Amino acid sequence: MSLADLVAGVIFVALNAYAVLGGADFGGGVWDLLALGPRKARQRELIAEAIGPVWEANHVWLILAIVLLFTCFPPAFARLGTRLHIPLSLVLIGIVLRGSAFTFWRYGADEEQRNWGMVFAIASLMTPLLLGTTAGAIASGAVGDGGWGSGDFYGTYVAPWLNPFALSVGMFALIAFAFLAAVYLTLEARDREVREDFRRRALASGVGLFLAAVVVLLLSLNRAPRVREGLIFAAWAVPLHLLTAAAAITALVALWARRWRVARVAAAAQVSLILWGWALSQYPYILPPDLSIANAAAPAATLRLVLAALVAGAVLLLPSLYYLFRIFKMGNPSSVNRHP
Amino acid sequence: MSDLLAARSQMAVSLAFHIVFAIIGIAMPVMMVLAERRWQVTGHAIYLDLAKRWAKGTAILFAVGAVSGTVLSFELGLLWPRFMAFAGAIIGMPFSLEGFAFFTEAIFLGIYLYGWDRISSRAHLWAGVAVAVSGTASGIFVVIANAWMNAPTGFELVNGQAVNVQPLAAMANAAALSQALHMTLAAYAATGFAVAGIHAFLLLKDPANAFHRRALEIALIVGAPAAVLQPISGDLSARHIAVHQPVKLAAAEALFRTQTGAPLTLGGWPDAAARETRFAVHVPYVLSLLAFHDPHAVVKGLDQVPVSEWPNVRAVHLSFDVMVAAGTYLALVALWTGWLAWRRADLAHNRRLMRALALATPLGFLAVEAGWMVTELGRQPWVIYGVLKTADAVTPMPGLMVPFLTFTLLYCFLGVIVAWLLYRHIIRSPAVPEWREFYMPGGGTRETGKETA
Repeated sequence: MSLADLVAGVIFVALNAYAVLGGADFGGGVWDLLALGPRKARQRELIAEAIGPVWEANHVWLILAIVLLFTCFPPAFARLGTRLHIPLSLVLIGIVLRGSAFTFWRYGADEEQRNWGMVFAIASLMTPLLLGTTAGAIASGAVGDGGWGSGDFYGTYVAPWLNPFALSVGMFALIAFAFLAAVYLTLEARDREVREDFRRRALASGVGLFLAAVVVLLLSLNRAPRVREGLIFAAWAVPLHLLTAAAAITALVALWARRWRVARVAAAAQVSLILWGWALSQYPYILPPDLSIANAAAPAATLRLVLAALVAGAVLLLPSLYYLFRIFKMGNPSSVNRHP
Repeated sequence: MSDLLAARSQMAVSLAFHIVFAIIGIAMPVMMVLAERRWQVTGHAIYLDLAKRWAKGTAILFAVGAVSGTVLSFELGLLWPRFMAFAGAIIGMPFSLEGFAFFTEAIFLGIYLYGWDRISSRAHLWAGVAVAVSGTASGIFVVIANAWMNAPTGFELVNGQAVNVQPLAAMANAAALSQALHMTLAAYAATGFAVAGIHAFLLLKDPANAFHRRALEIALIVGAPAAVLQPISGDLSARHIAVHQPVKLAAAEALFRTQTGAPLTLGGWPDAAARETRFAVHVPYVLSLLAFHDPHAVVKGLDQVPVSEWPNVRAVHLSFDVMVAAGTYLALVALWTGWLAWRRADLAHNRRLMRALALATPLGFLAVEAGWMVTELGRQPWVIYGVLKTADAVTPMPGLMVPFLTFTLLYCFLGVIVAWLLYRHIIRSPAVPEWREFYMPGGGTRETGKETA
């Protein structure tokens, strides 16, 4: 494994963390939008309390991945910014509206509360959809020089992401984030009724995730041949699929049996394994079909320094993160103060 | 509007918007921590109230800063992919460090905002200190990256490609120290005076309000020393650019002709075609004196480079004068305040000082925006000074008007909302009675508790 592979792996770890932590914050917004029934207000209150202390820290995983990408793989970042300008701009609008609206909603004036909650919820739905779509565009090999770029505006800037496969990955990401959020919320709920609400939602979205995976796989047959071949024929494919399936089944069974902590770990593992399946299927390419990790890598001097900084940063960061989550996610939830 | 101009405008709007929240994110945590510390030392609840209210304001502003900062990190690739393809490996390092600093800031701000009842008061205060320190550090890292664009180093240029890349040398570029110092001081001065100004304005109506008096004190402790030091740091910057970026200095001073004993040009209306500045006040020798500490020194004018490499002289010169005027005003008010405080005068009852402070509210931010105009417009037509032209860095994607207008509208909308929320937050400042005896030695009972406008 080369230095560049190592750094690429770290970037993917950051994306993985963003998906299982930040992704769940988006998923929370989706459940806010879909809050239903007599306990609607309590569901929303729980979601806001769960997201409040951590969403900004969770969001930084994305920023970290982006700055590491442009430092260590500048040509890949340049090509992504060019070819996926439109969906990434839309993702940014979603990120801005989600974060601001959440803060305005929680800290702002009382009368407009519900309006901000609505903006927060809709942005939470749109952003994962578009993020997943960009991931789908990358996986399908459409962001390569040998991709579908036929030269005209549509072919170069729209077709790579506005297609059934990329959109199906967007849908998959949305359901995955909603699933994660529902699973986590069963643990954070203080009263049994709300917990059961989210248990039902977690089970439903877990099944939905399976269906979405089938759709993605079917569409990949002619849209993303490399992903398909990686996922089906590679040497590591069978053990990885078995692990992913085991995590998925564990998550659903644990939810059924109301073993909330087991469900949380299994759900996070399931989503992580799916992500690593994608990463392995397109290795050694950072932007398939033509830009490899080795070709896109910055000079070794930069990579070595970044790795040193990553080690030093991790020494600072991991205990801080542990502290944050210990305070807000492991203690007795009943002492959460609502309005700091 | 050309695509290049649209891209530059979008970047300008994004930076101008983000910088306000970024500097508040640097300086507000310092005030919040000072207030909390005073609460722990004195036991006066008024300081706790102040810390909590500032924390709430910080929460709103930090969130907007975090998301608008995310936009900027993506926009580097969305608008300037060729700049990033060239520079990413050289100057990504400070951005990566900034990522860690920002991470730390976000983690401990979450702990600070939501942890009042969950951790010990000592741990809580230290969480606030971590926010303040990492906020300052992340600002410094980003400014170092910008300084490299002004003083590129740490690589060799071979056939248009950067080789022999040395990221640490790039970070230690010639402009890094003066720019980082200038911007950090600016963050404290601008935020400190903005907060002080708001409370001074409210004290004009109600000089006995303990809440506003304590807030004013802490805001001035943060803002005033920075404002006094800023002209010294500005001198450092000016002397740096006189040597390393003479075109920027020439544009800032509207100096068209290289000359010895160069005059300082105040105000006026630069006319690049006629190579003169109409209606300006020229003070002989002073520019040479300021730039080189020698009244007869030669200062390079715009005639050193072809007109095609001139920045927009009018915009740079006027921005520069706005920055200097606003900064000078803040420094003078800071000195006046310091003098009164040293004489142990009752600041809040000095109506002229309160008026001067109220007037200062927006001036720090104005100076910051104008200063960024100088440094960014003054570097044009280069994105990396002397290495890569902005026009060669822009994305090939057409139709950039659309994202420019979209983000401009989004930011206008957010700006209005934030202003409205802060206004509501401020006018709901606590009423006086609880604290009056603590702070009016005469035990006055004036009913002035309602400071709502």
